[in-house]
Amino acid sequence: MKRNRIVILGGGTGGTLMANRLRRAYGWHEAQIVVVDRDDDHLYQPGLLFVPFGMAQIEDLVRPRAGQLRAGIDYRRQEATRVDTDTRTVYFADGTILHYDVLVIASGARLLPAATEGLTEAGPQERVFTFYTPEGAAGLRQALERFEGGRIVVNPVDLPVKCPVAPLEFCFLADAYFRGRHLRDRVRITYVTPLDAAFTRPVAAKALAGLLADKHIELVTDFATGEVDGAGGRLISYDGREERFDLAVVVPAHGGAAYVDRSPGLGDELGFVQVDRHTLQAKAAPEIFAIGDATDVPTSKAGSVAHFEGEAVVRNIRRFLAGQPLDGSFDGHANCFVETGFGKGLLIDFNYDTEPLPGHYPGPLGLPLLKESRLSHLGKRAFAWLYWHRVLPGRELPGITARMPRRGKAEPTQPRRP
Amino acid sequence: MPIHIYAGHSVVLDEDGYFTEPERWTEEMAPYLAAAEGITELTADHWQVIKVMRAEYHAKGSGPAVRALAKISGVPVKELYRLFPKGPAKVAAKIAGIPKPHSCI
Repeated sequence: MKRNRIVILGGGTGGTLMANRLRRAYGWHEAQIVVVDRDDDHLYQPGLLFVPFGMAQIEDLVRPRAGQLRAGIDYRRQEATRVDTDTRTVYFADGTILHYDVLVIASGARLLPAATEGLTEAGPQERVFTFYTPEGAAGLRQALERFEGGRIVVNPVDLPVKCPVAPLEFCFLADAYFRGRHLRDRVRITYVTPLDAAFTRPVAAKALAGLLADKHIELVTDFATGEVDGAGGRLISYDGREERFDLAVVVPAHGGAAYVDRSPGLGDELGFVQVDRHTLQAKAAPEIFAIGDATDVPTSKAGSVAHFEGEAVVRNIRRFLAGQPLDGSFDGHANCFVETGFGKGLLIDFNYDTEPLPGHYPGPLGLPLLKESRLSHLGKRAFAWLYWHRVLPGRELPGITARMPRRGKAEPTQPRRP
Repeated sequence: MPIHIYAGHSVVLDEDGYFTEPERWTEEMAPYLAAAEGITELTADHWQVIKVMRAEYHAKGSGPAVRALAKISGVPVKELYRLFPKGPAKVAAKIAGIPKPHSCI
């Protein structure tokens, strides 16, 4: 029997859990599994949100990538530059190449500050920060400590962004932070979004807008940021509107990995790998699959999604190599703990077809959905342990299934049509 | 849902003003739809974008968002806003007679 080589590009959440699941699924003689990443820092990205508020330290969020991989997985530190789907070859920056029988693209999303005028990567500015990088989050922590009053704008420049609730969570935590410092009455916090509401889907948008209002956080919608004027302290939209700031927390536009752009047919306009949204097989070639933030599937770019996708991708790689039809059961399931400040959080759970709804998860006796609770805050904080010890090794999470549960959710009643 | 008449044909729009039946759209309707959005003249540049919106809708089931629209059409984002000041993706979708582009969560 032929020994297949499965190459996984990216050693983050999706790549690591895929490698570990595949290593368990295949004996050594059946498959060689190679993980490639350009650095050896595995960052627990959900932790970055807490760094600016002194609730987490960068050094506690980073572990070596290779250390998260089971024995029998090859780890290579290289930068992919291109994939040739015809010859099934990955090209690397150091001039080497690697052939594959199956390729898994797990290289996540890339921040594109250069896509917005004034938001260049060159050097941290005095009052424009992002918390989506370790350096940015650490810089923002110092900036918040210095901040004694004025207007803070929080602005995701364009969608999609990783963890789309994180910018809202930042607002909630900033509200709590300045209350704690007894400065809240001197700090104006404004959430500026390109969307026409606080969130993409209506029921959650209403609930989250309610929380913003309760916490006296202003909401500015339909704002397509064209320029960030750091020196002048202004966000300027493409249609000429302005929002002034003393401190801007900006989430740059996102795109896929640069090598995807250089591999014809693989990615969409933004560099996200075009896949079948139910099988996660690439449209470019049957032996390529994608997982996590790297895909173009219409659900959140979130670790929970990579976890749920993992099960489907392993099953489909096995089917593909066995010459069987693929399983199209991935439903876009995502769930996210939304930190709301003062030791509370709220949980949202949804998929391609069902928007985040109120109720309980994973069933009627579970955590409350779309409603603040102490438990959801504890769940979010406890999740870091589960991440390193259950999610990355590719294990199931207790009581949590890949398919979104319908039980426990309050289905909206359809408005009656005359 | 409101019924509107453009270029002598009746069409159904949803509550936000987007076509519910894109196949009923004709090129003759576009200037009237544009006028309703405050655009008094449709130039060749407008048409280039409108055609991209329809082609993308037929290929993918949704019109593209602004950044993708710029890449596909070759018209820079700034220029798109000059052509469709109230928001290129949404306004061009209305004029092109396709449903509201859905943005991901």
